[in-house]
Amino acid sequence: MSEDAFTSYYGRPVLKPPVWKALDIAGYLFLGGLAGASSVLSAGAELTGRPRLARGTRIGAAGAIAVSLVALVHDLGRPGRFVNMLRVLKWTSPMSVGSWILSAYAPLAGAAAFSAVTGRLPRIGTAAAMAGGVAGPAVAAYTGVLLADTAVPGWHEGHRELPYLFVSSAAAAGGGLGLLVAPRAEVTPARRLGVAGGAAELLVARLMRARLGTVAEAYETGRARVLMRAAEALTGAGALTAALGRGDRRLSAAGGAALLAGSALTRFGVFEAGMTSSKDPKYTVVPQRARLRTG
Amino acid sequence: MTQRMGFFTDTSVCIGCKACEVACKEWNHVPEDGLNFTGMSYDNTEQLGADTWRHVAFIEQRKPLAEQEPGVDHEGPVPPLGAPPDAAPMTPMAPGEGGDLRWLMASDVCKHCTKAACLDVCPTGALFRTEFGTVVVQSDVCNGCGYCIPACPFGVIGQREDDGRAWKCTLCYDRIGDGLEPACAKACPTDSIQYGPLDELRERAAARVATLNDAGVDDARLYLADTDDGIRGAGAFFLLLDDPEVYGLPPDPIATTRDLPAMWRHAALAAAGLLGAGLLAFAGRA
Repeated sequence: MSEDAFTSYYGRPVLKPPVWKALDIAGYLFLGGLAGASSVLSAGAELTGRPRLARGTRIGAAGAIAVSLVALVHDLGRPGRFVNMLRVLKWTSPMSVGSWILSAYAPLAGAAAFSAVTGRLPRIGTAAAMAGGVAGPAVAAYTGVLLADTAVPGWHEGHRELPYLFVSSAAAAGGGLGLLVAPRAEVTPARRLGVAGGAAELLVARLMRARLGTVAEAYETGRARVLMRAAEALTGAGALTAALGRGDRRLSAAGGAALLAGSALTRFGVFEAGMTSSKDPKYTVVPQRARLRTG
Repeated sequence: MTQRMGFFTDTSVCIGCKACEVACKEWNHVPEDGLNFTGMSYDNTEQLGADTWRHVAFIEQRKPLAEQEPGVDHEGPVPPLGAPPDAAPMTPMAPGEGGDLRWLMASDVCKHCTKAACLDVCPTGALFRTEFGTVVVQSDVCNGCGYCIPACPFGVIGQREDDGRAWKCTLCYDRIGDGLEPACAKACPTDSIQYGPLDELRERAAARVATLNDAGVDDARLYLADTDDGIRGAGAFFLLLDDPEVYGLPPDPIATTRDLPAMWRHAALAAAGLLGAGLLAFAGRA
């Protein structure tokens, strides 16, 4: 960041930092993405006759979304009032839209997994898995808007990139899960999705930081920097290992695990960078001053 | 909707008495917000938040307030008035070392934005716009999701910790409905806080800033009075004597939801991309 002079009120932040807890919300960003991409894989596995991949991703998606719902309710100031989320549907509120997306998606993921585990209601299970495969990408993508639709500079200034970063990260995670659960004969689509997702995640993260200007510094300092660097290393290593370890079950699994970890770290890194950018007035004042100068 | 009501806070006549802070807390039963000594001039309130709906900022600057005309002639000997203590180095007419000093005071409050991000992003409908054009939280609906807090470009609304819900200025919804003025405006001894129909306040503010500029107070400017800014104008606007950021206010606030159509477009493309990539992964040889 250029050392632009700026003034502030005793160095106090202009904004209030989010009250969201990292474990709940960054954790949800990861698990929601994992669930969404896993559902896409399980729908594809259904269509192409890959029963083990379908079963593993169905269970993974349901587990991830169940933990997500718990985390989301836990993060509320009044958890007992979680059902107020369904009082209205507002397009101006990504959280409202997301609540409705989750209300549609979570039961689908649950039904698909129930059928996979118990072997009962197979036709309903298949239908649920197919519908979940269509709804899953919405779960993975809307979370980018959820963060970007705030005054937090580290998130809002990246509103063009965050949805792409998050679906890429979701694809990496979903592919990673597929690599862990699928046998060799069924694993190829998971490998392709994971490697492509990981590569896209690395690319979009770089692109976003390049386009953030002043605010990019929030991603390059403190804990956010450590998390983003670690995410980059794990995602890169995971994608490479998964791509090169084609013949080796254990290498593939290791690559999948690294992709999962990299995806999680990306979400925590983005979360942390937003927190940093909301606590320092320079991230608010300097870009706004620049905007006023250029008109 | 009845007439849109609002605040014009003319900081040029604020004396920093904090009567607005006290009156607000008393009327609205706002809990204690910490007994701190900050070292920030006379400001121990620090910032707006769940438990602080009016906040008086204090800024000390080495700047002249304006060209000042004392109206008395001190050329030649000044007749003594009684016996001044020898130890007093500074009389009202003897400037201290370091030159000028001005002390800015400003009572900050929720802006009741025309395009209010907090209201837009609220997923429960707890935040709503009243018949007076103000923005109010319904505490019996709020579930403490916290989305309004980072959405506000001014850092106004906050979460009450022991309660979990979000709270902020209501522009005394319960008083103005009965034709009373809000507690802070009522208590303000200098009329720095003026309450009334917004268009009337805007006219009054334009006249006031012209008077100040004519009198040589070149720093005087209106903040959030224009309807073409990023929040399409505020229901509570200000006359400031320096840049907004000096008072802890954002120089060019925008309601984040202004960019929402673009965000949804990108999200839809991204979701389609994930679905497409997922299907492509199954294409061709396994």
